[in-house]
Amino acid sequence: MSWETVIGLEIHVQLSTESKLFSGGSTGFGAEPNTHVDLIDMGLPGVLPVANRDAFYKAIRFGLATNAEINQTSSFDRKNYFYPDLPKGYQITQMAIPIVGKGSIKILVEGAEKIINITRAHLEEDAGKSIHDLFEGETGVDLNRAGTPLLEIVSEPEISNAKEAVAYFKAVKQLVTFLDICDGIMAQGSMRCDVNVSMKKTEDKELGTRAEIKNLNSFKFIEKAINFETERQIRIIESGESVVQETRLYDSIKNETRSMRSKEEANDYRYFPCPDLLPVVITDEELNEIKENLPELPEQKERRYISEANLEESEAKIISSSKTMANMFEEACLKTDDSKLVANWLVGDISALLNKDNIDIDESKLTSNNFGTLIERISDKTISGKIAKSVLEEVWESGNNVDDIIEDKGLVQIQDESLLESIASKIIEDNPGQVNAYKGGKDKLFGFFVGQVMKETQGKANPQSVNEILKKLLD
Amino acid sequence: MSIQYKTIKELASMLKGNDISNKELVEETYSLVKSNTHLNAFITLNEDAAIKKAEDLDKNPSYLSLSGIPIAQKDLFCTKDLRTTCGSNMLSNFIPPYSATVIENLENAGCISIGKTNMDEFAMGSSNETSFFGNVLNPWGDDLVPGGSSGGSAAAVAAGIVPAATGTDTGGSIRQPASLCGITGLKPTYGRISRWGMIAFASSLDQAGPMARTAEDCAIMLNEMCSHDLKDTTSLDEEIPDFTSDLSTSIKGLKIGIVKEFDLSQLDNDVVKVFEESKKHYESLGAEFVEISLPNISLSVPTYYVVAPAECSSNLSRFDGVKFGKRCDDPKNLEDLYIRTRSEGFGDEVKRRILIGSYVLSAGFYDAYYKKAQQVRRLIKNDFDNAFEKVDVIMSPTTRGAAFSAGSKGDDPIQMYLEDLFTIPANLAGLPALSIPNGMVDNKPIGLQLIGNFLQESKLLQVAHNFQISTDWHLKKPTEEIN
Repeated sequence: MSWETVIGLEIHVQLSTESKLFSGGSTGFGAEPNTHVDLIDMGLPGVLPVANRDAFYKAIRFGLATNAEINQTSSFDRKNYFYPDLPKGYQITQMAIPIVGKGSIKILVEGAEKIINITRAHLEEDAGKSIHDLFEGETGVDLNRAGTPLLEIVSEPEISNAKEAVAYFKAVKQLVTFLDICDGIMAQGSMRCDVNVSMKKTEDKELGTRAEIKNLNSFKFIEKAINFETERQIRIIESGESVVQETRLYDSIKNETRSMRSKEEANDYRYFPCPDLLPVVITDEELNEIKENLPELPEQKERRYISEANLEESEAKIISSSKTMANMFEEACLKTDDSKLVANWLVGDISALLNKDNIDIDESKLTSNNFGTLIERISDKTISGKIAKSVLEEVWESGNNVDDIIEDKGLVQIQDESLLESIASKIIEDNPGQVNAYKGGKDKLFGFFVGQVMKETQGKANPQSVNEILKKLLD
Repeated sequence: MSIQYKTIKELASMLKGNDISNKELVEETYSLVKSNTHLNAFITLNEDAAIKKAEDLDKNPSYLSLSGIPIAQKDLFCTKDLRTTCGSNMLSNFIPPYSATVIENLENAGCISIGKTNMDEFAMGSSNETSFFGNVLNPWGDDLVPGGSSGGSAAAVAAGIVPAATGTDTGGSIRQPASLCGITGLKPTYGRISRWGMIAFASSLDQAGPMARTAEDCAIMLNEMCSHDLKDTTSLDEEIPDFTSDLSTSIKGLKIGIVKEFDLSQLDNDVVKVFEESKKHYESLGAEFVEISLPNISLSVPTYYVVAPAECSSNLSRFDGVKFGKRCDDPKNLEDLYIRTRSEGFGDEVKRRILIGSYVLSAGFYDAYYKKAQQVRRLIKNDFDNAFEKVDVIMSPTTRGAAFSAGSKGDDPIQMYLEDLFTIPANLAGLPALSIPNGMVDNKPIGLQLIGNFLQESKLLQVAHNFQISTDWHLKKPTEEIN
């Protein structure tokens, strides 16, 4: 019997607004507990929410970039449940009329394109954090995150396997970072997702009973959780039992999903329109302004890199695949006329290092600024390409400043031609045998002389000058 | 010279003429508070701060509209550094770190906040019998309720302790106690006065307003209470007129609507007689009466008792023992913390409404109850819109009768809910409405309700003031009647 996996994702994207969705409280990450909390975030008696328009603008950018319907009048509802890190006893969300309606996004799985339809994307406030391991026998509550704006992006159940789910998540991440509406830093919880998984027989039209796996925050966990859950459900069905509709948690240490609560235990959220907030109306002018100022998206960048910077399609694709890499490329190109040089470094050495460490460019220690300096030093011949490789390796490990490394290690390229000529003359003098052989037609020995000069100068000699000088002296 | 029963206008003139200092006025007010403690009108006094503000005013006189005027604040408005209980055990220890916009507006106009007045718990009640801090007595008789929920404010004004007080009105909580205590109370258009810092009962219905001895004083108060507040998105961005400027304009030719569907035959003869006399009086002032129809008005009470509990069930969720207010002793676990904190912290009426509200919002019931109620609300609003094409104001009794005795309706919540029969429609439609004393039944005052069109508070106050300059019902004092 053949089974099809049916997957839908709900991705929570933390929007990078200065202040919270309904208060002036700061959204900064990593502050002391309960220091980014104002009266509204605390849900004090008598306080009222005021919607942050910037959150709407950011949500609309996402809607426009996914060709979605934008609801110029959208409204807020209350989702009622009790939890200590939910200060008001309800979450304000958009249940009835979300700001972003139906849209779609293109994903790339092993070279093949697939369209994933998006059901809706709505604004809601994040909850605080409960801290269970800091106080003996007690739970702490940190409300810094309470009220942070989230865009919840709900996909149609059109994803067929774990790889597609990861590709979809990556595509959303790429988009929101390019749109500059989320920093995409998953380690800080800027993007999290709930995954709905169900199984059906290939010939069936109806979807099977689904389980929802809550709160996954890395590509790796999404993939592993889906694979585990798929196998679990197939095992259940094939043993003649039925999958239970429930919420499950993924345990990354044991690599398994566990039941959190069943459908019967699920909350009745008693949704109703939030009477404290009028519907938010986005004017045509506002919508047009957002359209006109929409940041350049990956595909547009790719085309521009090919036409303006003369990159190969393959190079342009790699560089435009992430916001960070595209920024590195564009900033470094300001430091040199040789865009090909910049592309070669990104697609070559840097991509190789990323693959070796199996990390994302955002996670590396190489900053855009430092990369720009590296390119500048190659371009102005302060260091040779070969030295640059060793500098890059050091930056990769330590994150230190390129200019400091060059200075500390004395790596400045020797440009002084008379100095290089005297070194070359001495090498020729010291190696009469090789000179004779070379002159006798063993051309390959030219490399030997270059190598000797490089050895003598600890690799700092300008290779082009060395070539010219040796040719002059030997030929 | 006694300050008891003086109006804002009279006190301001005494202060201006140096007949009394700011400090003397405040001290005399507190001696009135203390000689009337049996009324239980106040939960918390603000004596030290009030005297200090009065002393400052004596040193540096200011001539703002409410400079030095003692005002009582309903204990539902957050007052910075001054305990705010909302009449509940749940908040019996709550000291807000901020003040409501209404409080700031009034204090910025120079008023002196005397203290926080008793009220039905979380404003849920019509007799002030649900307060954790005990019943408030009606100055017109110790066995009588003052009405609710703004019962403490009404009693403090009726006893002549303060010339005016703040109240809030979700289904009649200003107008009904005003009627039962023989004072004037106005519920403005929804959105006229900011709700920032008002502890929410039913957000789409709650509205603050003034309670005073005269319509003129209500106008003076309203001038200061209104503002367009960016902290409240439901606050109206509308021009705020000087509500005192048209008070004395003649009402000749005014069209007053009488609601066909309000069946007065069910009321006591005496109540109907008072109402009919007021109609005659208005006719003598040149007003005309027009019968109007509000076809859906009979659905008001059931609609209200779906919408208000629904919103309250959600608004009161924040009282969970986690962050502020009461927390039960030694909770065993999270569920125990929630259950015991809320069981101990809330009184029966609040619990009843949370239960009703949670029920009507539940999955499977939402469409039948809450959604349907909101649709009916729209119909009621439309009925009023149609009526106001024909009339300037709508008139009815404020209450079904005069003050009743404590405990007389205690076991039957429906009887209590019907107290608000005439007042609820204005809340559902968001319209301004006021109550003025218009007669006596069994030596107890009773009130007349006037409902105005959207933003027409000036018109209402004008119609009320015209009545008051030609009658003396609002001048009756409980001590004189009783002695």
